[in-house]
Amino acid sequence: MSEIVTYLTFFVLAAFLGYSVITKIPATLHTPLMSGSNAITGITLVGAVVVAGSSSSTLATALGFLAVVMATVNVVGGYMVSHFMLSDFHGGGD
Amino acid sequence: MVELFSETVLSLVYLIAAILFIQGLRDMTHPRTAVRGNLTSAAGMFVAVGATVLWFDILRPEVLLGGLVVGATLGVGLSTTVEMTEMPQLVGLFNGLGGGASALVAGAEVFQLGTVNGGAIPAEVGTAAAASGIVGAVTFTGSMVAAGKLHGVVTGSAIRYTGEHVVKAVLLLVAVLSGVYMIVQPDVLAGVLQGSMVPSYWLLIVAASVLGVMLVIPIGGADMPVVISLLNAYSGLAAAGTGFVLGNSALIIAGTLVGAAGIILTVIMCESMNRSLANVLFGGFGEAAASSEEMDEIYEGNITETSPEELDMLLDTAGRVVIVPGYGMAVAQAQHAVAELAELLDEDDVEVEFGIHPVAGRMPGHMNVLLAEADVPYDKMKELEEVNPTFAQTDVVIVIGSNDVVNPLANTDDSSPIAGMPVLNVAEAGTVVVNKRSLSPGFSGIPNPLFAEDNCLMLFGDGQETMQEVVSQYKESH
Repeated sequence: MSEIVTYLTFFVLAAFLGYSVITKIPATLHTPLMSGSNAITGITLVGAVVVAGSSSSTLATALGFLAVVMATVNVVGGYMVSHFMLSDFHGGGD
Repeated sequence: MVELFSETVLSLVYLIAAILFIQGLRDMTHPRTAVRGNLTSAAGMFVAVGATVLWFDILRPEVLLGGLVVGATLGVGLSTTVEMTEMPQLVGLFNGLGGGASALVAGAEVFQLGTVNGGAIPAEVGTAAAASGIVGAVTFTGSMVAAGKLHGVVTGSAIRYTGEHVVKAVLLLVAVLSGVYMIVQPDVLAGVLQGSMVPSYWLLIVAASVLGVMLVIPIGGADMPVVISLLNAYSGLAAAGTGFVLGNSALIIAGTLVGAAGIILTVIMCESMNRSLANVLFGGFGEAAASSEEMDEIYEGNITETSPEELDMLLDTAGRVVIVPGYGMAVAQAQHAVAELAELLDEDDVEVEFGIHPVAGRMPGHMNVLLAEADVPYDKMKELEEVNPTFAQTDVVIVIGSNDVVNPLANTDDSSPIAGMPVLNVAEAGTVVVNKRSLSPGFSGIPNPLFAEDNCLMLFGDGQETMQEVVSQYKESH
């Protein structure tokens, strides 16, 4: 049960941290922020890897495989489109 | 399966990944550091996934490898072929896949716990799985509908029907009850039908998937910035929920960061339209379309047309010009012509800036991305609060493919659907030139008295063609 309290602590602290970091991002960068944070959602790939790679049941493996594919598209595609968009932003002191 | 030492090291690696994600987001506060931030965040992902692959006892490496290769190929293929104008739907699509993957992972883990290990699912794990499943499935189908609307595959207008809210409520209830059943069922039936907890998870997924479609279908295309950012928040929360199911700190922290980003953007979008989230999600906007008499009354005899030649002459004597882009610019792909005009003016020492409304376009910051693609420098893009006080000192404002965000009714008519919405007060400038294809109302369905103002000239025509004409006129005369 203490484990769940630890995880809740992570959750609450991450929420506060996320709020303070993200409110500082200017409106101009909101689309790259969205696709970049979107790519971070692909962290669920970590879970998919665990399920796909270590399940002994066929159904769980199949679900895991599908999850790996979907999450990988999210991660790879998300970071790439963010990169393309951000590379377009010029000026502002560089 | 996993040794204690490995788990400690793995947790430390996840901590490093979380730090990289946070630092990556921090670097996104300025365009100068944003590229590095994105790479930092990607490095965090690489570390987290790589460590997981190495540390876990992989029974089926071929399955895992196959999934990674297929996914990476699709991801690279989609992101390298996309047009900047198609970015909103692609981001929506990726978002949906992330949410769907979270729901699948939670489901697979529930299945593993419930049948293979033969034990009951701990209540907190079941709760997290149900939450992750519902949110993930809603994100998946909702994002697919949103992407479909943005891509023009699904109609962009709001599809409404009687009993809409009842249908949504019933679907949500079915999903939640399936989740509750999945959690309490082993106790209720004393293990007789333990295997059936898995079908109840699938019922939950089906109900939530249909709910996702029903939630987004009734929302009009112009409200998509709000929907996309809300779904972004959902996908993060689904990942965090899956983190609770698996007991994985990396998923909880990263998912929550994304949830926070999505919620903040959603709030910004709603405030920029002076509407509540409930109004965007459940209320109609633009249902009360303007009657033609109402339009005639405002427009008749008060509309002055202009030409690219005349605009060129106006620009000739202008000291300061502000360009206000809207979704029409994106549709017409006019950003390159607009950027060229801005550059020409800049070369002739005319002060030129872009005034960008937060909800212009189809996702937060959509206009900025399009203009950046056309090489408009970052410091020329001004937000609403920055640019509004400068209109009085501006000689010419060029409004292109934008309508509701420059409508003065927002300030003057309390009964208007856009009442109280912060708008760009372009009429304070010397002359306003509005490039539009016709006088048809924008998304809100109301006429725009700006067009009938004495200092407002209408430049009818397709955004790209018209702007290119203005550019060539300007080049000729200078």
